[in-house]
Amino acid sequence: MGSLCMHKALAGQGESPALMPHTLAEVFPVTPTDAAGIGFVLSRLPRTNAPILWVQDRLSRKEAGRPAVAGLPRDRPVIMVDLSRAADVLWAMEDGLRCRSLGAVIGEVWGDPPALDFTATKRLALRAEAADVSCWLIRRAASPDLSAARDRWRVASLPSAPHPHDAQAPGHPRWALDLFRSRRAKPGQWVATYDRAADRVDLAAPARDRAVEPRDGAVRERAAG
Amino acid sequence: MERCGNAPPDDVPVVLAREGQHGPVIHAANRVARIEGIIPGSRVVDMRAICPELQVEYADEAGDHAALDRLVLWARRWCPWTARDGDDGLILDTTGADHLWGGEAAMLVEMETQLSLLGLTARLAVAPTWGAAWALARFGPVRTVCGPDEVYFKLGPLPVAGLRLDDPTLLLLRRLGLKTIGAVMDVPRLSLTRRFVKAGLQANPLMRLDQVMGKLAEPVSSVETKPVIRAQARLAEPIFDPTPHLPDLCEDLCAQLKHAGLGCRRLHLTVYKTDGDISHVDVATSAPTRDPAHLHSLFRDKVARINPGFGFDLITLAAGAVEEVQDKQTRLDGGADDDLHLTRLIDRLSAKFGPRAVTRPVLRQSHVPERAEAQIAALADCPDQAAVLTKERPLRLLDHPEEVRVLYAVPEGPPAQFVWRRQTHRVARYAGPERIAPEWWTDRPGTRLRDYFKVEDQAGRRLWLYREGLHEDGRGGDPRWFVHGMFA
Repeated sequence: MGSLCMHKALAGQGESPALMPHTLAEVFPVTPTDAAGIGFVLSRLPRTNAPILWVQDRLSRKEAGRPAVAGLPRDRPVIMVDLSRAADVLWAMEDGLRCRSLGAVIGEVWGDPPALDFTATKRLALRAEAADVSCWLIRRAASPDLSAARDRWRVASLPSAPHPHDAQAPGHPRWALDLFRSRRAKPGQWVATYDRAADRVDLAAPARDRAVEPRDGAVRERAAG
Repeated sequence: MERCGNAPPDDVPVVLAREGQHGPVIHAANRVARIEGIIPGSRVVDMRAICPELQVEYADEAGDHAALDRLVLWARRWCPWTARDGDDGLILDTTGADHLWGGEAAMLVEMETQLSLLGLTARLAVAPTWGAAWALARFGPVRTVCGPDEVYFKLGPLPVAGLRLDDPTLLLLRRLGLKTIGAVMDVPRLSLTRRFVKAGLQANPLMRLDQVMGKLAEPVSSVETKPVIRAQARLAEPIFDPTPHLPDLCEDLCAQLKHAGLGCRRLHLTVYKTDGDISHVDVATSAPTRDPAHLHSLFRDKVARINPGFGFDLITLAAGAVEEVQDKQTRLDGGADDDLHLTRLIDRLSAKFGPRAVTRPVLRQSHVPERAEAQIAALADCPDQAAVLTKERPLRLLDHPEEVRVLYAVPEGPPAQFVWRRQTHRVARYAGPERIAPEWWTDRPGTRLRDYFKVEDQAGRRLWLYREGLHEDGRGGDPRWFVHGMFA
């Protein structure tokens, strides 16, 4: 099980991600209160000093907290927009995607509001591709139904890597990444280890047992019987 | 001054009363009542004896005051410099504005027409000084126009009450036999000075005379300085929706701004209603701009909030807080400036969702986590005293720390099991504690210290947990546990 750089792992078509255009991607945290999805999004943002437009609806802020500047990996400006409705969040994101000087646009929407349908995501995706600004939609407590997002991720926390100096303490965080739908790369599952000091994500294929199929064990049963 | 509903007929004596020292006194009287001999300031019971069919209503002095203040702003349709004059007057500095209305006499006719459309009776006069206009409007002929060198002749026959003096001084002048302003003017100046040497302005006929003649300056201080740059649309008929006129107004204003080399930070849209009221809509921009399309977009959802009433016939768009801007070309092909786009984005978001919804969090020097972050305006300069962080901080913070129920406490470290949001978390690993003491210079006495732990539960979720207080610290009972944030 070798650890691969994310760039190689995602380049299913042999294309470097630097050349891939920025577009809309959706992240579904498995547990709504889990910050692993945020950590993953922040690790994927382009490494510039341009400001991030971060739009939150009220329920996301109340249930999952607000982003803390002290905990952000790099010192880059964040413009926070606190709104109450999901329709306003989509409006603000779409308006932000007209501005090319932004580094990224991150939106958080709770649940499945009627405003967030296929048309809304398609508008966001087209705007993001036209402006070449990376756009991330974080959807908590939501079902992954019809959407025009180019990449759709499901992110969960895993028990962290062992701490090098303290066996009792959690070390580098680990996440279970599941790219379950993508237009540009091959879907797959990874275990990511995030190195906070170097701001770098290492991916590995999950080393887990295959799921039991209905026919498994039938041969042995017959042999025993 | 202004009453809604059914006005009394003109042939019935009606007075307004206010509370005096010994019962109600007359505040104001209509024309019939004044002819009957009613004197304002006297007691109502005495006047009832003179005029038994007198109708008395109580005066709404605060309402009159507010209505007159509104009328001051409404009167700016004729000139930009207006102020309230006492309890029953307006003073308009029409210098340089009369020719827009076809001369001073025509302007007075226009004013009287517009005021009578509001149901107000007005007595108007034009004079070179405030004092002369005051006297001519109250005691002079109808719609007097007084030139700069006619003050002496026009004010001479008026009674001394036109000098804006208080009652004891008027009584004194009457006893001295000085009945008209001209008589006071003919008294030698030295005698007047000697007689009223210690009197204040209200009781000094000489100073009042100097004000009337323009020898003593009496500037009109307007309610607020009006922005110089504005565009206006006069409409033939009252309308209810200003939206179709906005693009033209914005373009007109931006042309003026461009001519002056300025950009505006604030915009005031004012509609002048036909019922004598005005309505404002104000928008602000985060950087000086003069782009008509951008300015128009800021009003997109706001014009619907204007209450049109019975319609309005005049719309003005004024630029407030102008700043100098220079046209910058950032690219060789004349391309747009990227920063400008960001400021426009902030403007659009602030105009739609309010300025408090769009903020920029920055670090502040404090160890208490909720105080370590400050919200500043989105494009404000970052304060220099940025705090240096040594410890790891969570990626998300809850606005209010949430208390957890401890199922299985252990003497050292965080609890082995706790319930947060109705889910049981079993602590697998933890790091800490990091002790954060209360800031005694800000916190209330008795605030307990906090021990922060980074804990990881059985599923790998990493939480920031803290214990408030210690056992036996004398600041409350058993320490409580709270979740404050989430790590990635």
